[in-house]
Order: sequence, then C-alpha cells, then structure tokens
Amino acid sequence: MSSGEAVCTRGRIWFEVLLGKGAKRPASVPSVLVADTTLQKERVRLLAVVSDPQNRFPCARQGQVGLEEGWNLAKQIRDAIRADANVEKRAIIAIVDVPSQAYGRREELLGIFLAAAAATDAYISARLAGHPVISLLVGRAISGGFLTHGAQANRLLAFRDPGVTIHAMQKKAAALVTRRSIEELDEMARKVIPMSYEVKDYARLGLLHKLIDGVDPDAPDPAQVARVQADLLEAITDARSGQRDLGNRFQSAGARTNRNATLEVRRRLAEQWNLK
Amino acid sequence: MMTPANRLDPKQLLTRKSFIELSARERAKALLDEGTYRELLGPFERLESPWLPMQGVVPQSDDGLIVARGTLSGKDAAILAIEGRFQGGSTGEVSGAKIAAALELAQHDAENGWPVQVLLLLETGGVRLQEANLGLEAIAEINSSMVALREHVPVVGVISGMVGCFGGMAITAALCSYLIMTRQGRLGLNGPEVIEEQSGIEEFDSSDRQLIWAVNGGEQRYAAGFVDDLVEDDVKLIRERVIEAFGRGVPCRHRSEQVEDYLERLATIDVTHQLEIRHFGRLWSKRVLS
Repeated sequence: MSSGEAVCTRGRIWFEVLLGKGAKRPASVPSVLVADTTLQKERVRLLAVVSDPQNRFPCARQGQVGLEEGWNLAKQIRDAIRADANVEKRAIIAIVDVPSQAYGRREELLGIFLAAAAATDAYISARLAGHPVISLLVGRAISGGFLTHGAQANRLLAFRDPGVTIHAMQKKAAALVTRRSIEELDEMARKVIPMSYEVKDYARLGLLHKLIDGVDPDAPDPAQVARVQADLLEAITDARSGQRDLGNRFQSAGARTNRNATLEVRRRLAEQWNLK
Repeated sequence: MMTPANRLDPKQLLTRKSFIELSARERAKALLDEGTYRELLGPFERLESPWLPMQGVVPQSDDGLIVARGTLSGKDAAILAIEGRFQGGSTGEVSGAKIAAALELAQHDAENGWPVQVLLLLETGGVRLQEANLGLEAIAEINSSMVALREHVPVVGVISGMVGCFGGMAITAALCSYLIMTRQGRLGLNGPEVIEEQSGIEEFDSSDRQLIWAVNGGEQRYAAGFVDDLVEDDVKLIRERVIEAFGRGVPCRHRSEQVEDYLERLATIDVTHQLEIRHFGRLWSKRVLS
C-alpha cells in the first residue's frame, strides 16, 4: 500500500485556511472534507479529499480517491446543485492534493470506475448548470485521482511550487510502464511538454487559468491566504461570465502554441462532419 | 448469465463472424448499414501525434482512432472506434481530440433537432503515457462532452476485447448511457499490473488470469449490474444489441447519477477482508434489484 509515502497534508491545510468564520460543515466521510462558507459576497462549497488512516478501504488511506471518495464527492456536489436549483448557484471549489486513485482489488470489484464517473459527472453537471467550478491545485493531481477530483473545473489555479505535480502517472510507475529510467523520463520531459512533471510546463499547455506565485503551500501566512482568496474570487467572477464547457482550455494562448494538433482536429472534423 | 437473445444456437455458432478479430475500421464498417460508411479524418489527412516521433515511436496516420459516419438501422450515426493494435488503444492528443470534438458536434446537431446516434467502440488501456498530460486532458474533455451530449441522445459503448477498457477511459465508459460487453471484454479503472506494482502482489496477482477475469471480465461486470448487456462475440448479435440500446432512448437516470443508491449499497458491504469473488455478483446485484 505504498506505506513509505508521506501522508498528504496540503489538502487539509488549504481547506482549513479557506474555511473562514461561520462555515457550515455538512456531514461527510472523514476522507472527504466539505464546508459551505463565503468569499466576500460569493457563497462557496469547499471540497477536499484527504488522508484517513482509519479508512475502511486499506488502499485509500493516504488521500487516494477511492470508492467512498468518488461517491461522496458526487453526493456533496449534487446536494449543492439541488439546493441551488432556484437561487444563485454557489461556487464549488475543489482543493486538490490527490496522489492517485486507489489501487486495490476491492476497489476494482466494487466498481471504482463508476465511483470516479459519478464524481466526474457531478462536477460536469454543476458546471453545466451554471455553478462556477474552480480547482485550486495545491499539491499532487495525478491520474484518475485528478480526473475524479479537479479536472472538470471551469478554471484551474495552481501554485508555482515543486510539490505541485499534475500528471497521468506517478513518476516511478511511469518509468516502469514505459521501460525507462527516472533520468530518461526527466530528459524526455524536457523535450516533450505534456510529459513534464513541472507545473510551469502544464501552464504552457494553456490549461491553467492562473499560476499563483509567492505562496508557501505548506505554511501560508495570512497575506498569502488573502491573495489566494482574491485569486479564487476573480476566477469565480470570470467563470460566471464565461462559457460552461471546457472550451476555454483549448482556446487559450498556450493551447494555440502547444496544442496545435487538438485545434487542427477540431477544425477539420467540423468541416467534414455533415458533408454527404 | 446471458439472456437467451444474446446466445448463439448451434447453427449460429457455425456461421458466426467474430467482432473481436476485426480492426477498428472493419468493426465500424460492419456495424453501419451497408454502403453508408464514410470515414472522417482518415489516414490521408495525416493527422498524427506530434509527440510520438520526438520519442522515437512511429506514429500512425489516424492515431488509432476511426471516426465513421453513416446510418445504423436507417438513422444517422457516428462511430468512434479505437484501434487496440496501435499503442494499446491509448488516448493521445489527436485520438482524444477526435472523440471529444465528435461528441461536441453531435451535441450541436442534437440541440438543432438532428439527433445522431453516437457509438463508442472502447479498446484502450487509458492515457497514452508518451503524451501524458494531453491524454489526461483529452479524457477530461471527452467526459465533459459526453455528459453534455447524453442529455439529448443516448450514447452507447461497446467493450468487446481483447484489450479491454482501462484507466481514464473506464470513467468514460461508465458515463455511457448504455454499455455492452462480451465475455472477452474487461473493464476496470486500474489494470492488474498497475495494482500489483502499486499495492503489492498480495493485493492483486497480475499473473492470476482467473482472478483478472473474475474481477474485470464482462460476465462479472454484467452480473454486478455495471453494464447493461452481455453478448456473444458475433458481429450480427452485437449490431442487434447496439440498435436495441439506441432504441431505449435516454435513460431517466444514468448509472453515474444514481449516487444515493450506490452509497447505500456500498455501506452494506463488509470490506474488512478481500471479498469472496464467487458470491460477489449475486450479493451485489441482489441489492440492485431490491
């Protein structure tokens, strides 16, 4: 169960500093933190997946996104959608530090792919219904964990910090699967932007709304927290006036430079789609 | 386990035509009404992965993803067929963009009163690691387009094998309105090798073929209610079941929306020890029915 790895704490740290006074805490499982609070005039629901050493699923004890996490994220998001059906849609903020999805036999048997789909679906449905969905990437955002919790936001914000890693697979496992050494993988990542484990390269793909500088993700001071709150507010306002799909990701300046192939596929397919 | 309609009688067994053995292109051709197949962004367009050559990997001129238009049972259709023989069917920037863009175009058509039946032939290990973050992003965009589209028209997925459907694309599979599998198909978020590597051989022995089929195989997935149909590996039968699935229309509640039901079911399962696989399907599906 990769017991040597450090228990992730950044998700919890940022959940707590963003709570503010008077936050309400709906009932949830220990690994899915939920709170309703406000950011100036904006009502927000905060969500974080965190480690729970007592998690009844042994492979989901270190902050991995497993069955309980997927289904409970879906529940909390759908509760907010339902409650806001006839009022202004609150913002949903996903605080993301997930090492991966849970790798276990129980998980596979009980359909973790569906639990992941349920959370994915809920985030998408919230966004399509008009909830600004914002992800704050404070640590790891890996693979199925990230697809389930974070990837469906209207706006992605990340700290410029070596501990912020967005990737399809943890480096060690990726080396094994692609039969390369860690050094070869690093060398390749310097040439091939989407292979990189560095957040600045992720930003070059045009996927981030903002790369936030000068924040200590492990021990933010009050001034840093205030700046992050201002960034979140700006992202919420921006999302409210923007499109509800993920088009902004491939229409960005970064995408025009580094996702040429995506844009070319989209352009040509649209031309050919309804030809007879 | 299979409903009688999906079984082959002895005579059919002799004349059956394997779907699994077909390439992605042949599969799409075999399913669409005869003479209606039209390929979009075909090999002559040379829309290849820009990232593979940098890594000494030979790209393929369709990036392993066939987009086909035509009719199915007389109605407008689009088939997105993954070629499992190219890079394990993995999702790269180009192959992923094809799927996401096609789903979006179908959504626009549906919103304009022109419904298109969209069928996914899933044969993939998930994100193409050589294109890592752009594969991951492509899947996020596919999933988003999928949820937006299936409000208007059903989206059907087929997992026939032999690659199966794993990784991020298993999430996509679970977002389909209807999912059809063969017994040779496998479905799971994490492949057996990855689980063994991450959590140890006692968690999952990836050399144990029986275990793999018992966990990920089509029969188990059908018994547990995770997929809608189990069908023999036969072109004609699969085609019939696909048409039948489209005929059902948009489900009133997709499986991925049934949050309370699944949370309730999950709460009743004791996971202190590894689950007894033999009884699992019955145990779990009883709760589906009750």
